[in-house]
Amino acid sequence: MSATTTTMTMPTIRPRHGLGRVAGVAHDTYAVAVRNLIAYKRVPQLLVFSTIQPVMFVLLWRYVFGGAVRVPGGVPYVDFLMPGIFVQTVVFGSLAAAIGLAADLKSGLLERFRSLPMARSAVLTGRTIADLVRNVLVVALMVAVGFLVGFHTHNGVWPFLGGMLLVLLFGYTMAWIFAAVGLIVGDPESAQAAAFPVLAPLVFASSAFVPLSSMPGWLQAFARNQPVSVTVETVRTLVLGGPVAAEVFKALAWMVGIILVFAPLAVQRYRRAV
Amino acid sequence: MTDTAILVEDLAKRFGEVTALDGIDFKVPTASILGLLGPNGAGKTTAVRILATVIDPDRGRAEVLGHDVQREAELVRYLIGLAGQNAAVDPNLTGRENLRLIGRLTQLPERQVEARAAEILERFGLADAADRPVKTYSGGMRRRLDVGAALVHRPPVLFLDEPTTGLDPEGRNELWAVIRELVADGTTVMLTTQYLEEADRLADRIVVIDKGRVIADDTPEALKSRMGSTVIELGMTDDEEARRAEALVAGVAGGHAESDGAVLRITLQDGAKVLIEVLRTLDANGITPGKLTVREPSLDDVFLTLTGKHVEEAPPPSDRALAKAGAR
Repeated sequence: MSATTTTMTMPTIRPRHGLGRVAGVAHDTYAVAVRNLIAYKRVPQLLVFSTIQPVMFVLLWRYVFGGAVRVPGGVPYVDFLMPGIFVQTVVFGSLAAAIGLAADLKSGLLERFRSLPMARSAVLTGRTIADLVRNVLVVALMVAVGFLVGFHTHNGVWPFLGGMLLVLLFGYTMAWIFAAVGLIVGDPESAQAAAFPVLAPLVFASSAFVPLSSMPGWLQAFARNQPVSVTVETVRTLVLGGPVAAEVFKALAWMVGIILVFAPLAVQRYRRAV
Repeated sequence: MTDTAILVEDLAKRFGEVTALDGIDFKVPTASILGLLGPNGAGKTTAVRILATVIDPDRGRAEVLGHDVQREAELVRYLIGLAGQNAAVDPNLTGRENLRLIGRLTQLPERQVEARAAEILERFGLADAADRPVKTYSGGMRRRLDVGAALVHRPPVLFLDEPTTGLDPEGRNELWAVIRELVADGTTVMLTTQYLEEADRLADRIVVIDKGRVIADDTPEALKSRMGSTVIELGMTDDEEARRAEALVAGVAGGHAESDGAVLRITLQDGAKVLIEVLRTLDANGITPGKLTVREPSLDDVFLTLTGKHVEEAPPPSDRALAKAGAR
């Protein structure tokens, strides 16, 4: 053994159990989240495109299609519309997780991450948390846009903020679906193409823009129970008023269910991704 | 610590129908450079990925500094640096931000992260570009940053998968110098390459692999003495003339002349001296070669010497085969 090798310092190895492990996951998640947020700062197009589309939707539905929609209960259409807009904004925004992870897989960055002494889950939690932070900004902007076009809350500030929290949680949940999709597809363009046929029925065959009662009966059965509608209805009730406990429970149940299926799937795909 | 930094025993890996590695063995002593030489599809990248804990082998085992890459993967990750085949850096981050990210994820104490990033940027000639997004970098700069990122946590064992791909000759020489410095400081390096010259210039030992098997494991000197250091190729009008020329020059070039289609190939230690004799002999018999090349031996010549066949590039495994194998 040569003298030079003995001077080599051995690395400090992080504890793998208990609190040390939790702190390690948090540390690595933070590092990855910062990395993803820098991309939003440096490529403002990412943020601009994810806000232009919902703003267009607000204008389109508020001023073009909205006049033809009859909302039950005499609620102004703009107040009916905005909870749907908030939810569809984070649903379409969750696509970023698929595109981002597929790009990282393709570029070899995930291969590098997998050779590092970091928490296995941090690449995914860091990605989804960065998108959550982005959603806070985007949803705040959409709220401002809503107020500009005449949106009013009917139920006080706290239920409204509770509704926005629910919107953010739903966006976080959807990000896990698309994290799995991105890793399965493995190519940013294909991820985008694969996502649209899934997203379109969820967003458009829902109560986000029109009342369910205007749809044919067979479609209502799907539209009433799918997660986008359930979340939109819950947020709507929080904003417009009414008994909400059962709806909140149903919305949270969807989110827990989605996470339970897609987070392990995404982690499993990450472990096998090269 | 042990004297063997990398130990590979009977390592095998399949991706669906494709056998990437078919039982390879080799050892790399501490503070030395191993060159893993082979054509595209030979299994070089698969070997590196297994050693770097990125994928698991189907069979066999591998150790880094005495630690099993599967059972002690987490510990091994502290000991290794990997620069894969793609320049795996984030184009949206600056060079400094990329190194900072890797520093944090390799668990460097926060107060060391900044200093270490600056050190690497300096060493790889990227200090001026440190705060520019990587997407504005040239291919060579990206590659340098990529290799630098593998060094952030001062790993005692370094894996470099075709590190000089995409570098100009100057960048390549600089990187070679850095690699030699690291090894002088006690780092063990395993690098893959398709170029005999690179393996020859850098490596203490060369392992040649083909279709997932080791076909030679030797020092560069021994490998070259088996096949000569100069290759002369004479292009003839047709196969028949080449065969006639082979017979004519046999006396001058001994058994080192070989016709291969319309080409007469002579591989020798002192090729230049023999070349004159060869040309005189051919001229005296009325043969004038249409084309003349004098060059250093290539990977293809190694293959001709070792296997009697030209390099046969396996097609890269199809995405479908990889997907079936769950490799993605």
